[in-house]
Amino acid sequence: MIPLSHFLIIAAVLFSISVAGMFLNRKNMLVLLMCIELMLLSVNMNFVAFSYYLGDMAGQVFVFFILTVAAAEAAIGLAILVTLFRNRRTINVQELDAMKG
Amino acid sequence: MTFEQLIFYLFSATLVAAAVNLVTVRNPVYAALSLILCFFTSSALWLLLEAEFLGIVLVLVYVGAVMVLFLFVIMMLDLNLDLLKEGFTRYLPIGLLVAVVVAVEMILVVNSGQFQAPYPAAPAPVNNTEALGSLLYTEYVYPFEIAAVILVVAIIAAIVLTLRRRPDARKQDISQQVQVRRADRVRLVKMKSERSE
Repeated sequence: MIPLSHFLIIAAVLFSISVAGMFLNRKNMLVLLMCIELMLLSVNMNFVAFSYYLGDMAGQVFVFFILTVAAAEAAIGLAILVTLFRNRRTINVQELDAMKG
Repeated sequence: MTFEQLIFYLFSATLVAAAVNLVTVRNPVYAALSLILCFFTSSALWLLLEAEFLGIVLVLVYVGAVMVLFLFVIMMLDLNLDLLKEGFTRYLPIGLLVAVVVAVEMILVVNSGQFQAPYPAAPAPVNNTEALGSLLYTEYVYPFEIAAVILVVAIIAAIVLTLRRRPDARKQDISQQVQVRRADRVRLVKMKSERSE
């Protein structure tokens, strides 16, 4: 049997890897979006683990909603990315400073 | 070590390795493929936690739809890979530092003894999909409908954002077609009849 804390530690490690990915890939907006997906995955892992060990199905319902919102977020983010690339010919986050005061 | 533990550690190691590969690899296509591997292994871990429906949904929706969308976008854009990866070594120390601090803090909190849960005694009498569905359509029916609205908004937003109107595109104008008058289309010509010899 695997204790609950092992699943929580795996989720924590996954979350910190994606935080590091945000720092390392700060030029590439595509990889930034993928790191956000990885973060949401680690949060979902916590929800599923607690749902199993506490015997409460509500955690899995919330994972369902998080998956929905994450799919919508990915679709809109990629649409914005395509529009941005069409106008500016770059996805470098450092060059996207048109709204800087 | 039981078979269950073996499966858990095998898939956890694969998951962490794929995540590290995702954040360090240079080519975005390989990053997307590592993310697909992450989703597959987490789906296996969720199956271990008896969340069968969510595990299958993760593979179907994420690997089948979202990651294909990512790959389509990566292949549509003409990216300059050298430019995108510069500054990688410069941000490596601070990124590693923040990641290690976050991980150590979380692991200390998790191991502090507050998160001990007994093993669940007996598996649920109904299957996972049925239990999730009966909860989703009774107690959580309004959040479920709001989720549907969010998906519709996402569809419309994605279409509107990427729709491009080209001036040379030919299309129907329905209102003009309906409002057309007889005089615009039909011209009666009066001419003398020709006499055949």
